Amino acid sequence: MNGIRVQDPGLETTVQDTGRLGYYSIGFPPSGALDSFAYHVGNALVGNEPGAAALEAVYLGPTLEFTQDTVIAVTGADIPAFVDGEEIPTWESVAVSSGSVLSFGQLRAGARPYVAVAGGIDVPLYYGSRSTYTLVGIGGFEGRALRAGDELAIGSAAHDPKPGRRLDAGDVPVHPSTAEVHLLIGLHSYRLTDDSLARFTDTEWKVTPDANRVGYRFRGAELEFVPREQPFGAGSDPANVTDCGYPVGSVQVPGGVEPIVLLQDAVTGGGYATLGTVVSVDRDRLAQTKTGDRTRFVPVDLDGALAVRQERLAALDRIRSALA
Amino acid sequence: MTTTEAETGTRYDFGGDEFVYVELSAAMSLPVHFRSLAITRRLGEEAIAGVEEICPSNASYMVRVDPDRLHPRDLVRELQRIESEVGDLSDDLTVATRIVDVPIMLNDPWTHEVLMKFRDRHQDPTGTDLDYGARVNGYDSTEAFIDALAASPYLVTMMGFVPGLPWCFQLVPRERQVEVPKYVRPRTETPERAFGFGGAFAVIYPVKGAGGYQLFGSAPAPIFDGEQRLPDFAENESVVFFRHGDVINYRRVDREEYDDVRAQVDAGTWRYSFRELEFSPSRFLADPDGTNASMKEVLYG
Repeated sequence: MNGIRVQDPGLETTVQDTGRLGYYSIGFPPSGALDSFAYHVGNALVGNEPGAAALEAVYLGPTLEFTQDTVIAVTGADIPAFVDGEEIPTWESVAVSSGSVLSFGQLRAGARPYVAVAGGIDVPLYYGSRSTYTLVGIGGFEGRALRAGDELAIGSAAHDPKPGRRLDAGDVPVHPSTAEVHLLIGLHSYRLTDDSLARFTDTEWKVTPDANRVGYRFRGAELEFVPREQPFGAGSDPANVTDCGYPVGSVQVPGGVEPIVLLQDAVTGGGYATLGTVVSVDRDRLAQTKTGDRTRFVPVDLDGALAVRQERLAALDRIRSALA
Repeated sequence: MTTTEAETGTRYDFGGDEFVYVELSAAMSLPVHFRSLAITRRLGEEAIAGVEEICPSNASYMVRVDPDRLHPRDLVRELQRIESEVGDLSDDLTVATRIVDVPIMLNDPWTHEVLMKFRDRHQDPTGTDLDYGARVNGYDSTEAFIDALAASPYLVTMMGFVPGLPWCFQLVPRERQVEVPKYVRPRTETPERAFGFGGAFAVIYPVKGAGGYQLFGSAPAPIFDGEQRLPDFAENESVVFFRHGDVINYRRVDREEYDDVRAQVDAGTWRYSFRELEFSPSRFLADPDGTNASMKEVLYG
C-alpha cells in the first residue's frame, strides 16, 4: 500500500479532521483537531479541501516514512521538523519523495504539531468523520493512536498540491507560556461565591499533568460553592447539579480545587456545576499549552465572545484565500 | 448574561458562542422533564436554520447553534416562544416511544468485585453499595431495596456522558424515588454494562471506565456496539441502542438467565424485546401505577 508507514508514533499521534458533529445528543463528543487553526491552515497549505484528515501529535512528533511522492505541511506547535535529516520549514508546504522520512526535534513552544498531507489521511468515515475517539475506540486508524508499523493510506480527496505555499510570518501563532483564553461566565456560575468567581478570573492557572484531548485540569486556587439545600436529583455534594449537558469548552470544578476545561473528546454531560464556557476558537490556544504552562481566563460577554470568534474565523478565511 | 423568565423560572444562558443552555428547573421531576421533552420535540419539528443539534436532558436541554447563521440571542427568543406555546402539558400531548425489556442481574459478582476494591472511596467502607442504598433510602432490607429498584419502569431522560449511556428516571411518584449520592471520590474502574445509580438516576455504563455512581448490578446485553455486530444495532444503523424518551423495564434475572443472554450475545443472535407505544405524560401523572401496569402489559402481553 502506498502512503505512510509509521516508524515511531511519538507520544500519542491520532488521525483527526473537523470532527464528528451531530451526535452529541447520544453521547458522541465531536473529537477532531484540538487546534482547529493549525489543522485548517495545514490543509490549505497542501491544497486540500477543508475537512481532509490530518495527523495530530502531542509533545513528541512521530517519525513517518512516505511510501509515495506527496506534499506535506507541518503546522501547530513550534517544533523543528526534518525530512531525511534536513530541517524543513514549518507552516509551508514541502514536497517529499517516496522513501523519505519525516522526523521531529524537541518541542520549543506549544504542545501539538500537525502533519497535513495532500489528499488527506484515508481512513474509513465513522459517523461522518475520520476523527479518532480513543475513549471508546472508534474512528481514525482502528480507533486508536498510531503504533510503529502502522501503514496509512493517503486519500485522493480533491486537492491542488504545490510545494512552497507559505503562511505569512505575521499569521504564524505564537505560543506564550501563559495563554489567554476568553471565557463566557454563566451556566451554573451562581453556585460559586462572588469571591470565588473573581478569583477564578484573577488567577494564573497552572496546567496539571492531567491534560489531554478529553480535558485540561488546572491548579492555582481554591473555589467555594454557595451553601444550599441540594435540589432533588442533584446528589448531596455542593458541586453537584441535576445531570445536564456540558457544552464543549465548559469549565467545571468538581472538588473546588481543580477546574477542568472539557475539550473535544470530553463527556457530553454529567452532574457537576459548570461556571462558564471557553469561546470555541480559543480552544486552539489551550490545545497548544502543556503541563506546567499557565492559563488566564479572560471574561467576555456574548457579544465579546462572538467578536473573538468572528475575528479568528475572518483571519482564517483571508489566509485560505491567499493560499488558494 | 443569564436571562430569567419571571413567570416560568426557566433560565436561558449561553454556553460560549456555540451552545444555548436552558434550565427549566434546578430540581428533577417528571412534570419538568415532560415539558422539556415537549419543547425539544417541537423545536426539532420546526427545523430552524442554524439549530445544529438539540440535546434534551433531565430538567434542562441544550442546543448547539451555528452563530454565523443564527444569533444565539435570536435562538433564545425562539425557544422562549416555543416554551410559551407549549405551556403547561396539555392532555392531548403524547410521545411516540417504545418500552424495552432490559434484563439485569442485581447484586452480581462482577460489580461486587469492583466495588469491594474501592471501599476507601465510598461513604460506607464496611458494607456494599446496595446495603448503603437500602439504608439511606429507609428500606428494612437490601432485598426490599432491590425489589423497589426493579418494581417500576424507568424513562430515559437523557443520553450521553459517553456514547449510548441512558440516564433513567424511575416512573414512580417522588416519595418512592430512590436517591443516592455518588462516590466520595470516583472509582478508576467500572465494569462494562454495570448498572449504577447516582442522584435520582439509574444508568448502564456502555463501556468500562471511571465512574462515580453506586454499583448495584450488571446487564448481560450490550447497549453500545461499536461494530454493529448485533442485529438490533446493524438494522438501525446505530452503535447505540437506547433513545431519549424510551421506557425501560429493568427485569431481574438470575445467574442462569444472565449467562444465557451472554451466550446469545456471543453468538450474535441477541435481540432486545420491545414494543412501540404512545406515552401520555398527563395520563401517567394522573395514574402512575396503572400506566406502568398497562405499559408492561403491552411489553409482556
